[in-house]
Amino acid sequence: MSAGAALAEVSDQGKPPPTASGAPGKGKWTPYLLLLPGALWLAVFFVVPMISLLGTSLQTGSFEEGYEQTFRFANYTEALSEYWPQFVRSFVYAGIATLLCLAIAYPLAYCIAFKSGRWRNTLLVLVIAPFFTSFLIRTLAWQTILADNGVVTGTLNALHVTDVLNFLGLTEGDRILATPLAVITGLTYNFLPFMVLPIYAALDRMDPRLIEAAQDLYCSPWKSFRKVTWPLSLPGVVAGTLLTFIPAAGDYINAQLLGSPAYRMIGNVIDSQFFRVLDYPTAAALSFTLMATILVLVSFYVRRAGTEELV
Amino acid sequence: MTDSSTVQPRSGADLNIVNVTKSFGDFVAVDDLTLTIPSGSFFALLGPSGCGKTTTLRMVAGLEEPTAGQILIGSEDVTYAKPYKRPVNTVFQSYALFPHLDIFENVAFGLRRRHVKDVKAQVEDILELTELTPLARRKPNQLSGGQQQRVALARALINRPAVLLLDEPLGALDLKLRRQMQLELKGIQTEVGLTFVHVTHDQEEAMTMADTIAVMNEGRVEQMGAPVDLYENPRTTFVANFLGQSNFFDAVLSDRAAATVSASVHGNRLGVPAARVNSPGDQVHLGIRPEKITLSASEDHAVPEGHNALSGVVADASFIGVSTEYRVDLPWGAQVTVFEQNTHHDTRIVPGANVALSWDPVHTFALDASQSVDAGIDSEVLQAVAATGS
Repeated sequence: MSAGAALAEVSDQGKPPPTASGAPGKGKWTPYLLLLPGALWLAVFFVVPMISLLGTSLQTGSFEEGYEQTFRFANYTEALSEYWPQFVRSFVYAGIATLLCLAIAYPLAYCIAFKSGRWRNTLLVLVIAPFFTSFLIRTLAWQTILADNGVVTGTLNALHVTDVLNFLGLTEGDRILATPLAVITGLTYNFLPFMVLPIYAALDRMDPRLIEAAQDLYCSPWKSFRKVTWPLSLPGVVAGTLLTFIPAAGDYINAQLLGSPAYRMIGNVIDSQFFRVLDYPTAAALSFTLMATILVLVSFYVRRAGTEELV
Repeated sequence: MTDSSTVQPRSGADLNIVNVTKSFGDFVAVDDLTLTIPSGSFFALLGPSGCGKTTTLRMVAGLEEPTAGQILIGSEDVTYAKPYKRPVNTVFQSYALFPHLDIFENVAFGLRRRHVKDVKAQVEDILELTELTPLARRKPNQLSGGQQQRVALARALINRPAVLLLDEPLGALDLKLRRQMQLELKGIQTEVGLTFVHVTHDQEEAMTMADTIAVMNEGRVEQMGAPVDLYENPRTTFVANFLGQSNFFDAVLSDRAAATVSASVHGNRLGVPAARVNSPGDQVHLGIRPEKITLSASEDHAVPEGHNALSGVVADASFIGVSTEYRVDLPWGAQVTVFEQNTHHDTRIVPGANVALSWDPVHTFALDASQSVDAGIDSEVLQAVAATGS
């Protein structure tokens, strides 16, 4: 199953329009007419660019002398052999950020869904409130928060937490800014709402009487969470992790503003190959590889999560 | 294994609710309620919505905590015990089946939590009893309402609780299925011999299934007894109106020492057995059920000796199949409802005809006039009656 299909399934949307009654005439074409705008959009702005990108990734030449199509698959092996560390780093950072998002978002979504009472709407607005500020500004703000002479860094140093973080390879010296920790923090912060909202939606849809039923059937609160609440929220968790992991793996803003050249992610490499080095074939090959890898990881993950079993 | 030690080996046990009160802020949902429900009985809590019956049930299940009072199962005080530590299981109103588990696993849920050994055999037995065997591997949303209801019942029953609670279990089913399920439920209860406590607002459902009914109103029990007693001898206008239908006349009692007390209704002398007078004062609502009254054409003079008799004019007749419902205007402006079995048909009794109404005095009851004569009637019905101008 593709990531798109998984998302469509877990969010209860994107079902194909119901087939027409079978009566001859106009009605039969209605679904196709309704599909047309979306299909055209995807064709022009997704399929065509994809083919063009695939073409570019197999070209040779230079920016000054022009590129020509030679179907040179070695572009891929060369790009990968040079940039595999950035690939691995991207997936590790995105993976850690996704897990952190899950750890923060699940309790938050749970509280909003079950414990917030009349504060529910306020809390939901607060979750998406950061979106009212630009992505760049929010990330830049973290530069200040994590600055070398800032409160956060000072406190963590004073408590010797940075020693532990250094040992784990997350920070360097007594700095936080320009370390992997800063990049992961930025990613976690920026994608948190994408984790909160689907989990909230899944929990909100759940009948609270199911928890009462579980307790009636000898489940302690923890057992009823494990046996009922968690399995029923899985579609939300799967959607949330996908919505977080996929963009985080390809992100380059956080690594650029909060990281350092030593901790570049694959997004930064693609960015510089396209816009600074102007080596289009390598950039295209990296883009394609990133996409394919995410697709493989995600389909494996969705199959393992087994959300097809769920309602 | 710690769980299973807190849950006693199952058999029916008395359920005692002692002086239980439950308030939500200023609202008193259950007001100093005391009930004893004997082991092995089928007990119904009957009342309109908001009367406190569901709150009572939820306190027994442990889903609400009483504000005051005690709840005992057998000799064990469970007032503040957690729901998962009580020998009680519930059939929820909307069934609350686990959508991510199939029918087998839904039914096995309680057993698995208690680490019981032969889960498979027990689940298969109960699925057999509830005729669900072919559906064992289906998901709840693939089942019809009646089937889901049976799963909910099986899921609770399999744990052999000391007390099984049923919260309006048939409310979501259509009439025909409901009738069938009423009989099935009663049959299953007789077979397994557990204590069933059934909450409903449907008087017919309560009367069909329960051995004992407690009629609840505003957090208190209005009257408790066997269905026949409640129906034949209601002690309040609420019970008289909520269980079936009643006609009431304003009456003044005299000669209260006699076995048959004399009641004066607008100059007519009617009799009521002394045992069926539930009023300290002489001002009463004199009640009679519509089906106890016999109608006859006035010229027949057919009223048997010693029967209560009134005369009136037929205002309206509606044929309902097994019976015909008549509305008869009395000389002083009141209206009486009469149900006549369609065993014979007197063509003279049509709207406009003069008729005699008569009934055996033993069916008459007298209730304290200080209560509202409309208590227990659905307010929508009252409005509809007012709108038709009768």
